[in-house]
Amino acid sequence: MSSVSLIDSTARISKPRRSRLLRKQRIGLLFVAPAIALVLLFFVIPLGMTAWMSLHNWPLLGVPKFIGFDNYAALIKDGRFWNSMRFTAFYTIVITIVIFVVAFPLALFVEKPRPLAGFYRTAYFLPVVVGFGSASLLWAWLLNVDAGLFGPAAYRLGLTEKPLNLLANFNTTFWSIVVMVVWKTAGFTMIILLTGLQGISTDVQEAARMDGASSWQRFRSITLPLMRRTIALALILSVAGSMLAFDQFYIIANGGPRNSTLTAVYWIFSQSFVSFRLGYGAALSMVLLVILVTISAVQLRLLRNPEGM
Amino acid sequence: MAHSNPKLSRDKGRFAGILRHVVGMSLAFLFIAPLAWSFLVSFKPSIESRQPPLPPWPVTGFTTQSYQTLANFGAGIWNYASNSLIVSLATVILSVIISLLAGYGFSRFEFPFKNTLFVMIIATIMIPFQSILTPLFLILTWLGLQNSLAGLVLVYVTLQLPFSIFMMRNAFDAVPKEIEDAARVDGASVFMVLRKIMLPLVMPGIVTVAIFAFLASWNEFLAALILLTDQDKYTLPVLMTAVRSGQFGSVDWGAVQSGVTVMMVPCLVLFLLLQRYYIRGLTAGAVK
Repeated sequence: MSSVSLIDSTARISKPRRSRLLRKQRIGLLFVAPAIALVLLFFVIPLGMTAWMSLHNWPLLGVPKFIGFDNYAALIKDGRFWNSMRFTAFYTIVITIVIFVVAFPLALFVEKPRPLAGFYRTAYFLPVVVGFGSASLLWAWLLNVDAGLFGPAAYRLGLTEKPLNLLANFNTTFWSIVVMVVWKTAGFTMIILLTGLQGISTDVQEAARMDGASSWQRFRSITLPLMRRTIALALILSVAGSMLAFDQFYIIANGGPRNSTLTAVYWIFSQSFVSFRLGYGAALSMVLLVILVTISAVQLRLLRNPEGM
Repeated sequence: MAHSNPKLSRDKGRFAGILRHVVGMSLAFLFIAPLAWSFLVSFKPSIESRQPPLPPWPVTGFTTQSYQTLANFGAGIWNYASNSLIVSLATVILSVIISLLAGYGFSRFEFPFKNTLFVMIIATIMIPFQSILTPLFLILTWLGLQNSLAGLVLVYVTLQLPFSIFMMRNAFDAVPKEIEDAARVDGASVFMVLRKIMLPLVMPGIVTVAIFAFLASWNEFLAALILLTDQDKYTLPVLMTAVRSGQFGSVDWGAVQSGVTVMMVPCLVLFLLLQRYYIRGLTAGAVK
């Protein structure tokens, strides 16, 4: 590393020159200062404040009152919070599985430099760059019973007796949103997996083919093990993203029908910024944060220590 | 054996090729269709856009009626579009400048707590910003920046920093140190070296940082929803959600889709133009 050699060379130089060089090195602190200031002011301090506020009864207006761990005691008994956590976990598991089931074949399909492979990659990736907000507004319309696409189209094709309101019950709402999220994010996972696929040397695959391994055998015994780190990364990104889902449930379903699609972030949002129980919202945030950091840490360990290597 | 007959195997190969493209094109249709549907419907006349979009294109002639309706919501679409544009461009410029400086600092200098500070910045990526929104709201209020586009920009820049600084440090690391040393011997100052010599060399990294900053801030919804309380200050996603939920009278789906188109098109165009840089940014994390 260049920095190491620099320290070595300073050690050999006379004292005044050395201090001047050190001073020059300290300029680096000035370069990183704006970034540090922003991260401290808008990330580290707020993080500390979340912990501090969670110990208070903190209304929007008026004086915060210290109440110890009362918020935490209350949230343990908050059935709707745990329902939202349960729903978020369920959604995360379902969406992660579906995304992988869709994205892995896509990645295999566009991997080889065949004609049009570049076009296919771009096409499948396009919905990723559209925001979650725009995508949700688009699908809120596609799912609408009167002016939308799916319900009326199924009716006109004679599949249903009357236009079906997909947002009227939990199952159809949930699976509609799953389809929308897969449409929106499968391309992302596809690209991540693609980089892993391209990292596998063709020699290995070729040698296995020579030895008579079938394509399924090659996929199981060569591709999957060698892609372990990539898969873990795609997994972390998918899980972390889904645990924090909000836009699509807020915009498309409004948490309904009958609050059955309230996610954890949605519940925190409504406690903090609709009911203005800021202290309680902070306690909920702390719980979500601890759960998420734990999940990510576990996944990172899996990523760092490949077994048998 | 089938492979012993060259004609048969050639036919088989051609059949597989055609089948592959049939599958590929059908999938491409599925991914692109919703975007195209929304785009086409936005040009239908109002009456038509109240009906199911079958077919999606305007049957009785293209009009910009939906866009005109959109222009009349609240303070007018231009107000909100320029809010979004100001926020996004400011986020891009600040993210680039701050991460350029920080990337250079972390790549080329030795100073106390260097690694600790770097890890602190990168580690914020692990913590969801959704969990610190309440304190952010309070801090911005104390700074007099709550309900202002400037406050929102500062939050967005902070959220972009871990990725941006990671990108920029790698970009600087990739530049051989000798290039810089030669210029320093000739008596150029640190800033001169950064501006005249390093800047062109790390340009690809800057483009990557810029495109990610633009897309993230242009599309962000939750923080904007919470931090902007004045209707005039809304960015496009917040405005369109208000339109969709009927805050401006009964829901006009044509107008909603024209809004979606306005939000979508810049992202798609930017991505298609700068695809290489975008994918580079995506895979930077995956390869490391």
